[in-house]
Amino acid sequence: MSASTFGSGIRRREDPRLITGSASYTDDITLPGTLHAALLRSPYAHARINGIDTSQAASAQGVVAVYIGADTEGEIAPSPCAWLLPDSGLTIADYHCVARDTVRYVGDIVAVVVAETRHEAYDALDLIEVDYDPLDAVVEPKKAAADGAPQLHAEIAGNQAFHWTVTGGGDIDEAFSQADVVVKETIIQQRLIPNAMEPRATLASYTAATGELTVWNTTQNPHILRFLSSLVIGVPEDRLRVIAPEVGGGFGSKIAAYPADFITMFCSKKLGAPVKWVESRSENYQATTHGRDHVQEIELAATADGKIKGLRATVWAGMGAYLSTAAPGIPTILHGLMLSGVYDIPAIHEDVYGLYTNTTPVEAYRGAGRPEATFMVERLVDLLAAKLGLDPAEVRRRNFIPKFDDGHDVVTGLTYDSGNYDGALSKLLAEADYQQLRAEQAEARKNGRYIGLGLSTYVEICGLGPSQVAGAIGFQGGLWESAIVRFHPSGKVHVMIGASPHGQGEETTFAQIIAGELGVSPDDVKVIHGDTDNTPMGWGTYGSRTTAVGGAALALAARKIRDKAKVIAAHLLEAAVEDMDYDDGKFFVKGSPDSSKTIQDIALMANVAWNMPEGVEAGLEATTFYDPPNFVFPYGAHLAVVEVDAESGNVELKRYVAVDDCGPQINPVIVEGQVHGGIVQGIGQALWEEGVYDDDGQLLTGTMLDYALPRADRLPDIEVHSTVTPSPHHPLGVKGIGEAGTIASTAAVYNAVIDALAPLGVEAVNMPLTPERVWRSIQAAQGRN
Amino acid sequence: MTIPVSITVNGRRYDREVEPRLLLVHFIRDVLGLTGTKVGCDTSQCGSCTILLDGVSAKACTCLAVQADGASVTTIEGLAGDSELHPLQESFWNKHGLQCGYCTPGMILASHELLRCNADPSAEEIRHGLEGNMCRCTGYQNIVRAVRDAAETMQGGTS
Ligand code: FES
Ligand code: FES
Repeated sequence: MSASTFGSGIRRREDPRLITGSASYTDDITLPGTLHAALLRSPYAHARINGIDTSQAASAQGVVAVYIGADTEGEIAPSPCAWLLPDSGLTIADYHCVARDTVRYVGDIVAVVVAETRHEAYDALDLIEVDYDPLDAVVEPKKAAADGAPQLHAEIAGNQAFHWTVTGGGDIDEAFSQADVVVKETIIQQRLIPNAMEPRATLASYTAATGELTVWNTTQNPHILRFLSSLVIGVPEDRLRVIAPEVGGGFGSKIAAYPADFITMFCSKKLGAPVKWVESRSENYQATTHGRDHVQEIELAATADGKIKGLRATVWAGMGAYLSTAAPGIPTILHGLMLSGVYDIPAIHEDVYGLYTNTTPVEAYRGAGRPEATFMVERLVDLLAAKLGLDPAEVRRRNFIPKFDDGHDVVTGLTYDSGNYDGALSKLLAEADYQQLRAEQAEARKNGRYIGLGLSTYVEICGLGPSQVAGAIGFQGGLWESAIVRFHPSGKVHVMIGASPHGQGEETTFAQIIAGELGVSPDDVKVIHGDTDNTPMGWGTYGSRTTAVGGAALALAARKIRDKAKVIAAHLLEAAVEDMDYDDGKFFVKGSPDSSKTIQDIALMANVAWNMPEGVEAGLEATTFYDPPNFVFPYGAHLAVVEVDAESGNVELKRYVAVDDCGPQINPVIVEGQVHGGIVQGIGQALWEEGVYDDDGQLLTGTMLDYALPRADRLPDIEVHSTVTPSPHHPLGVKGIGEAGTIASTAAVYNAVIDALAPLGVEAVNMPLTPERVWRSIQAAQGRN
Repeated sequence: MTIPVSITVNGRRYDREVEPRLLLVHFIRDVLGLTGTKVGCDTSQCGSCTILLDGVSAKACTCLAVQADGASVTTIEGLAGDSELHPLQESFWNKHGLQCGYCTPGMILASHELLRCNADPSAEEIRHGLEGNMCRCTGYQNIVRAVRDAAETMQGGTS
């Protein structure tokens, strides 16, 4: 049973504690004597602080301490940006954890109160008097780049955080000047609010006698948080322990190391007591990072028969008031390098301007740069099809990179690992019965019904990534992963990993990897993660990299164990190592499977070490550091079917069919779950979600009441299919699947809506495609304003 | 000022003095230390805090502890009673109805209410019944499957 566990949809090991309420998330942990921190945040998007009076708050009931910016000088360094994008003129504004003299977004921290109870801390916030001088604000990235725009940071001209370009292939201007057809569009990739269901939280506990600080935090990457925290608050890394307990989703918003986290650590250090800070959902909307926020001007050059000749784009990416931890890499490396998509495009050029705006900092949000790239490319391809009167599927086919299984270079400089894009599309069209759907669409149109079909064929870069590349692109860390596999005397296994899953199910899939490699039952494997004191270093769970990179580390560690076990087995069976064979957890002399040693026998012997081969160490344990030779490139083809009610503008999503290829699936049920969740987040962007600021920088979608999250009743069942193309360079052949759905689905739904509206003359609508927007665009197109 | 309350949670009576403004969800989590019930929002949208109040589902963030005086509360910790798992818990596990698990206690208790009102709901009825509970991970599809599965189990395998 064990070897066959790899690839089977077994139930998750994580679930028993989660379905019974026994799991501990950060806010569920309270230590004796825990104090509570509350943060006073700026109500202005941009203002000078003339003075702060904390005297009343300081004497309020239960209040232990109140700190303002000046109190943290020399004690909390600015919150670091850790992606130093090269060749981009990157300017990094100091992100003071507690504002000094200026606030730059609604939510910027102005003061912190620590009190005995949470209520007392929040009550005292109301007693702090801040004298603000409001300043003009700018919230849209393109406006921030304009002459005369309000300036956020005195030392940074034109609000420009960076100007990054990618140029590849042939002469882009020539591609356009010689093109038979050119299609263009301006796209607003609206700002999104990630909304992990668990708000962020930190519990910090400092012991003065030992100088040790333990931090529980809702992080996706505890080892990075430890590293950065040691730099920011000055507790040496060996005295700092970061624990990501149960973490309730992240989607990128729990990658960053946040001011609030550092402040909580600082408070604990100052007061010598445990201090807990938990954000409310409204605070989460203001202060936990947002995603997307691009203005994209894009164009595509092609021949009259639909062959793409060039793609050119200018993007203004809103970065928020300060640069979050990984922010500069998102709209650039993870976006611009993916502009070839699944197509053979001979010339590509993109300029990306990162702009400071008076808004919440923007970071990775599921897909992180790649949905924004896919959307651009998939829109352009659809525009080209419309212009040439060709079916969108046909235009895609004319431009697909042909099937390859060991590397394909695109002009942006990446080498895709393996792919069969036409294969995925063909499967999709067959599963969905595309021809039939087109016929139904034509029939419906005759009856005044507006049905639309939208395709999105995508490839994404994930499994980040080779560390050498990380260094070259300015990422201030490595991107390898590590794993320790440890057999106990009874044959039970502990696996310690540096990555930090928070809902993706790797406690199960990693146990399945061990089962597949070593023939033990997954029930005998415990996967330990999230605690820097008892896991090996790792760079975290984001960018669909945990299974792609951490899983490889684990497989290789398991293979080291197998090699050692084979030597011990040979010794015990008095055979030569070369004569040994292995099958499903058993070692035996070739041809005599009946007299064998199980991996459990070997584990016992290795642990007691009574009779070991000469020169072989006791114990059965292995550690691997896996630095991938390349990224992995999952891909697929999605189709959305919508019906638009022209009277109300309402969009009904009628069907959604997905074909994804993430290579061999360790646990297809978990893969399917990732696909569902990812697709729904992308649908959310297309149809409902938008983080809205008014011109003064007030966040209008400041609560869950105002921000339209996908709900169960608005969605059809998603039809999930797959193809399997192994990655040639990965020990298990696997790619990533965490973000694929989101990367594909926004464009599919958008294309479907535009397809539906085509007979009404509507060519573009800004997302999200709310009934009001759709209705207005229909009115405008029909000349009824 | 504090007010005495007597609230039975998962079959055990708790007599406590509480501030009048204390929300029931904070009473459960902070006063009693039963942290299975989650808080996901501050506007009563997310449903993470769903519990049973005298057998009927309620968002515990919309209710003060003093309002629950004399009432009987069931949280995720007490749902299974004497058995190991309630059929809904089994079904969420079997159908991969959760990922990060944060919405799950509330989702399971909201599903409990759904099945109390309609023992044999269609997928569409389940989707409508759960519209007040947000899940950011699963896209809801496997939650719908789980509730359907539980309905079948609870009716003794018929559908
Ligand atoms: S905590 Fe969100 S509804 Fe109660
Ligand atoms: S499982 Fe994560 S929010 Fe529902």
